[in-house]
Amino acid sequence: MHPIQNKLTMSKFSLKINGKTLEVDVDDSTPMLWVLRDHLNLVGTKYGCGIAQCGACTVHLGDNAIRSCQLPVSSVGDQEITTIEGLSENGDHPVQKAWLEIDVPQCGYCQAGQIMSATALLKRNPSPSDEEIETAMNGNICRCGTYVRIKKAIKMAVSETQNA
Amino acid sequence: MTLVKTKIGRRSFIRTSALAGGGMMVGFSWLASCKMTPEEVNSLPKEWFDINGFLKIGDNGLVTIMSPNPEIGQNVKTAMPMIVADELDVDWKNVIVEQAPLNLDVFQRQLAGGSQSIRAGWEGLRMAGATARKMLRQAAAKAWEVPLEEVTTSNGTLYHKASNKSAGYGEMASAAVGVASPNDPPENIEVPEEVELKDINDFTIIGTDRLNVDGPKIVTGKPLFGIDVQEEGMLTAMIVHPEAFGQTFKSMDAESIKSMPGIIDVFPVDVYPEGVEKQWSDGGGIPQLVAIVGESTWQCMQAKKALKVEWESPSNLESTESYEDDLAKLLDAPAKEPARSDGDFNKAIKGAAKVIERTYSAPFLAHNTMEPMNFFANVTADKAEVKGPIQTPEFLEKTLSSVLGLPIDKIDVGMTRMGGGFGRRLYGHFGVEAAVISKKVQAPIKLVYTREDDMTQGTYRPAYKVRFKAGLDKDNNLIAWSVKGVGTNDDLVFENRFPAGAVDNYLAEKTSLQTKITTGAWRAPRSNFMAGAEQSFMDEVAELAGKDPIEFRLELFDRAIKDPVGPPEKNDYDPERYAGVLKLVKEKANWDGLDNGKARGVSAYYCHNSYVAQVLDLTMDGNKPMVEKVVCAVDCGIVINPISAKNQIEGGIIDGIGHATYSQMTFENGVPQQQNFDSYHLIRNSEAPKQIESYFVDNGIDPTGLGEPSLPPVIGALANAMYKATGKRVYNQPFILEKEIVG
Repeated sequence: MHPIQNKLTMSKFSLKINGKTLEVDVDDSTPMLWVLRDHLNLVGTKYGCGIAQCGACTVHLGDNAIRSCQLPVSSVGDQEITTIEGLSENGDHPVQKAWLEIDVPQCGYCQAGQIMSATALLKRNPSPSDEEIETAMNGNICRCGTYVRIKKAIKMAVSETQNA
Repeated sequence: MTLVKTKIGRRSFIRTSALAGGGMMVGFSWLASCKMTPEEVNSLPKEWFDINGFLKIGDNGLVTIMSPNPEIGQNVKTAMPMIVADELDVDWKNVIVEQAPLNLDVFQRQLAGGSQSIRAGWEGLRMAGATARKMLRQAAAKAWEVPLEEVTTSNGTLYHKASNKSAGYGEMASAAVGVASPNDPPENIEVPEEVELKDINDFTIIGTDRLNVDGPKIVTGKPLFGIDVQEEGMLTAMIVHPEAFGQTFKSMDAESIKSMPGIIDVFPVDVYPEGVEKQWSDGGGIPQLVAIVGESTWQCMQAKKALKVEWESPSNLESTESYEDDLAKLLDAPAKEPARSDGDFNKAIKGAAKVIERTYSAPFLAHNTMEPMNFFANVTADKAEVKGPIQTPEFLEKTLSSVLGLPIDKIDVGMTRMGGGFGRRLYGHFGVEAAVISKKVQAPIKLVYTREDDMTQGTYRPAYKVRFKAGLDKDNNLIAWSVKGVGTNDDLVFENRFPAGAVDNYLAEKTSLQTKITTGAWRAPRSNFMAGAEQSFMDEVAELAGKDPIEFRLELFDRAIKDPVGPPEKNDYDPERYAGVLKLVKEKANWDGLDNGKARGVSAYYCHNSYVAQVLDLTMDGNKPMVEKVVCAVDCGIVINPISAKNQIEGGIIDGIGHATYSQMTFENGVPQQQNFDSYHLIRNSEAPKQIESYFVDNGIDPTGLGEPSLPPVIGALANAMYKATGKRVYNQPFILEKEIVG
């Protein structure tokens, strides 16, 4: 440990993430994004802007899509967090499968956030209209411009789920 | 079949076998989605045989193909191995793809830029696959004691039809590289000096849809990117740079943050000290910085906010207003030498029946890759290991050698997948910064830029202005055309592009304005503005001539085909291919049959060796264009991977529409006024076109670039459709700010 480290603001947190209970010892104000990335080595959740404008850090808090860069670890309590790593056992959530089949990603950096927003949308609205898809996905920027495929993949996941 | 001399040197053939331990499982997991079952682990080869630098074959027939070039989202990591695999003649499902390290002894041009990876790699990649295939055939011919000509291949299997013999590639791989087996003495198979390349009609992988090889890792959140790098004992580093362009470091209160939790060190950094030999790729960023090193990202971010730094300001800090004025003056001032002059433009314009002149402008743009700049570095006294997202690893290595005083062979540059490039990662100062910081703190560090650091450190797309003037004769023929372009640190005009060669009296002039605000290549440099302006002007000229915009362009191409002005080799486009994409888009978009209520625009452009034409349909929502559909025709020669090629085209179209409509960087006293995505508007889901259709010209010509060419022309198609919808032309980007568009 570095001698100058000041431990005064550090606290222990017990977090429910992807069905497991994980312990971290961090500053109260640390956003979940950095708890996941720096302390739990769950790097699928991405840093994009740090001000909840780009959606790259989207995770589920309970059933809701939230921006983890704006969620201090101290406010999580015993709520369940799901990240892209815990979305499905084998990467086979209908949305993940549709993403692969439509070949959505280009650089791929924003796609975990896109998928987490899309899965939260379909959980609360299994059959969204085009407009509802656009509204739900508007908080997720894709700099490569894969929006047309994102919409296509969400619709494919909807029809796969409905036909299942 | 084409017979070609191999350029692959003997030193690229490693004639040893490598035992495949657990380490070889790296890069395998995409085959099994994410987790490998015990059966899949068992199916890994016991031995791998390096056939050449590009590929190795396992004893069970699995093939690992190295993707030599950096991956920025252009999907060369799938496309380049597809080319090798096709010539090797293997089943794509038995192919594993790995990112090659920087190794210029084996690979050529390990660079992502200018949409050139496939064009430049095409022959070498085919040869690598074909050479390996020939070596396997030679091994089989020797083993079976049959003539080489009688050994054929299909999907990873060698055949001698006459004697009914067959063997998988894996069974012959050891013999092909001359490795001894217990009952067979070692015998070297010669590296062929000449190999046969497939007839393009015999391709089985090239031209078919193959899914992104990193797709399964991307959708499950596996570590892939530079920012995901975690190493033992690694610290985090962040930078603080001047608030305004032109400022330099004066002083700071380091003690104020040294006692903050997790903070280890804070110090000023001069990234490129005197005497350092810089490469062309060292132009970007801000070389005088303050570095903060700490245990975690959040702790560094807190310290960064708290740190008080004083910067020295020069008297003449620049603002948007000042460079706008300076560019306008430059545009009005007489140019020195014309870049190209055919006929006598000034005389022709005086005698013209109709004359039209228009000026267009565009602001600075940030690249805004979704993954901010970052790099890992571990520098010790005698070596340096760096890795991260970099489009120019070769040049980073050279600069590091000079900055660190280490020989090239003591510097190891690793390439991670990149969360976007768009030209930004051509300029590798962040890799140098990481190395300098690591050397100072004597520890492995990962340098991470905040979004604000990333957006405010320059290297922007230059700001531009361009003025066109055209003259028509009394029969509405185009007899004179001039273009004069100015830009910040960039002179904008490609003087030998269309309509050069198609107009008797043609004049091209260009000049640049030096600014403190730094600039660099941004996806489709110059073309990203020039195409939209030129194709908007072309539309107005066609209208003035009373002609259909497609027919007007086709007439000009016809002129350039039949009776080109000036020496045809001077014109850097092929008018037949240019006209070809326009004709194709006209047919596919049903040009004459527009739906009610929509407005339509057309555009065509040539850049990065590829030809693109687009027809765009939209409606207006106030000042906001709502693009319903874009139909796109592309001539990029042979298409390697259609599903991915279309993705590139769609991305370029959305990128072009987004930036031309919404985005800009502005400055006050040198300070960027946009610092994050709350003030910098990037196009979002609901603003993207509802539908994009892409069509390719099928001509069997060697492949050319696709990462950039669909972006530039769409801005012209958009502007022309907006005019049809509103009756008002748009001249200044971002279009959303042209208050007068509606009514």
